[in-house]
Amino acid sequence: MSSNASSVGIVSAQRALFDTPLPLAGGTVLPSYELVFETYGQLNAAGSNAILICHALSGHHHVAGRYSEDDKAAGWWDNMIGPGKPIDTNRFFVVGLNNLGGCHGSTGPSSLDPASGQPWGSRFPVVTVPDWVTAQARLADRLGVERWAAVIGGSLGGMQALQWAIDYPDRVANALVIASAPKLSAQNIAFNDVARQAIITDPDFCGGDFYAQGTIPRRGLRLARMLGHITYLSDDGMGEKFGRMLRSGEYKFGYDVEFEIESYLRYQGDKFSDYFDANTYLLMTKALDYFDPAKDYGGDLVAALQRATASFMVASFTSDWRFSPERSRETVKALIAAGKRVAYAEIESVHGHDAFLMTDEPYMNLMRAYLQRVAKEVAA
Amino acid sequence: MSAPASLRPDLQMIADWVTPRSSVLDLGCGEGDLLAWLQAHKQVSAYGVDFDVNNVVRCVAANVNAIQGDLEAGLAEFEDQRFDHVVLSQTIQAMHNTEQILLEMLRVGREAIVTFPNFGYWENRWQILKGRMPVSDDMPYQWYNTPNIHWCMLGDFDALCAKNGLRVVERVVMTGGRRVHFLPNLRGSLAFYRVTRG
Repeated sequence: MSSNASSVGIVSAQRALFDTPLPLAGGTVLPSYELVFETYGQLNAAGSNAILICHALSGHHHVAGRYSEDDKAAGWWDNMIGPGKPIDTNRFFVVGLNNLGGCHGSTGPSSLDPASGQPWGSRFPVVTVPDWVTAQARLADRLGVERWAAVIGGSLGGMQALQWAIDYPDRVANALVIASAPKLSAQNIAFNDVARQAIITDPDFCGGDFYAQGTIPRRGLRLARMLGHITYLSDDGMGEKFGRMLRSGEYKFGYDVEFEIESYLRYQGDKFSDYFDANTYLLMTKALDYFDPAKDYGGDLVAALQRATASFMVASFTSDWRFSPERSRETVKALIAAGKRVAYAEIESVHGHDAFLMTDEPYMNLMRAYLQRVAKEVAA
Repeated sequence: MSAPASLRPDLQMIADWVTPRSSVLDLGCGEGDLLAWLQAHKQVSAYGVDFDVNNVVRCVAANVNAIQGDLEAGLAEFEDQRFDHVVLSQTIQAMHNTEQILLEMLRVGREAIVTFPNFGYWENRWQILKGRMPVSDDMPYQWYNTPNIHWCMLGDFDALCAKNGLRVVERVVMTGGRRVHFLPNLRGSLAFYRVTRG
């Protein structure tokens, strides 16, 4: 099946400006904002074959394809999305966007505040998963999508898929919630706070207004990413890939990079600090921490999900300890109690939390089977 | 979605016991044949549980709600008295926690439908008399590779139900797809039970 799969090819980003003020969960109002997005495939005449891809902490709108022939890196979920791939662009109209508060082109802390002409910086409001979903719904209106055939996301993206099913029950036919959780645990919030502290205590952070100072809190971002990265991999996966391998083959009895894992993490941290915005990192982790759709329903997730009319697919990965299978099963249990249609798979994988971006065979088969069903439902 | 037009005779026997428009949980649902049939012909609302991810994938394709899970760990995903029927088809003899799963079935459902190969079937007895462990169409394994670790006959299952205060509402015994009325524990290869709380 996958032998026929190919890339969506050369893609380009689009922008949409929204000047209807957006009231945020935190109490402030964003007077206007821009969202950057990409689309692949064709929206059918009935407008029924659209799929929204929600990104996770460091993701963005560039989900599939390449920007030019010699572009080295494809979009972040290119293995999943394209002609003949599980999310088949021959059948579906696929939309990826950069969420509000992001740093890849949508309005965020590094954008200019039209009121002052200066970067928003520390004054950019904290936005939440429900805020994102509201902004995404406005983008759907703009694109002529009344009801998504599916809203799909991994990790923080899965939280958006779940929120969509609750907040806009008539506008989501299927919600695919992958490697996610109905709310973060104390341990998970703790990891996020260490990451935030690394950034906030970097002297170059300047209280969030480092843009004007011409600095970037690289050390903080780098540490935040290194910590995050450890939690996205499994002990076994890390052991398999790096073990105790030394770069030079022998101990140097010093504090420079010696083990391959150190080298790898520092490289990942450096790379990340080159392109990711520190304020966006803080904001994204806060959105994770605040996510708790049951909160408005007296802490009862079953009551929250009662509104949903979507069918659900929930998937987790055995070696994922940041968003463990137990957390996915909480979602599944509530969905069953609420009488919702749901399929749940616990995929054997060594890839830890990152597995949702990988191509473990049962995972790809599951996605393909589910989306073929969706395609039939919406006659795509 | 297309459901199988006809079911295996033993699954058809179970399907006949299921009330139209009821809620059904199928434990060890495999590729979802029974539930797909029940959804299409009896408009049930159904969930299946299976240990094998490949079966979950096939259930997804068949439009059956499948939850990947290990029955030995219990049925924590399901609330008390959530289902009208809970089915365990030719699986109980392969389980470690035999008694626990029976009680769990009646925690989450009002009626348990349990089927198992009858160890008391005469062909099994005959093979034992000849000095070998039984191998048959219903139990196609050698003693050293069988997943079936808890064999029982009709009387044993009756006793387990009685011990736990459970009521056997109905019992059917079949051989080769046909019902057996005379000397069931001798002439029946497959047993079907409907069990409720006492």
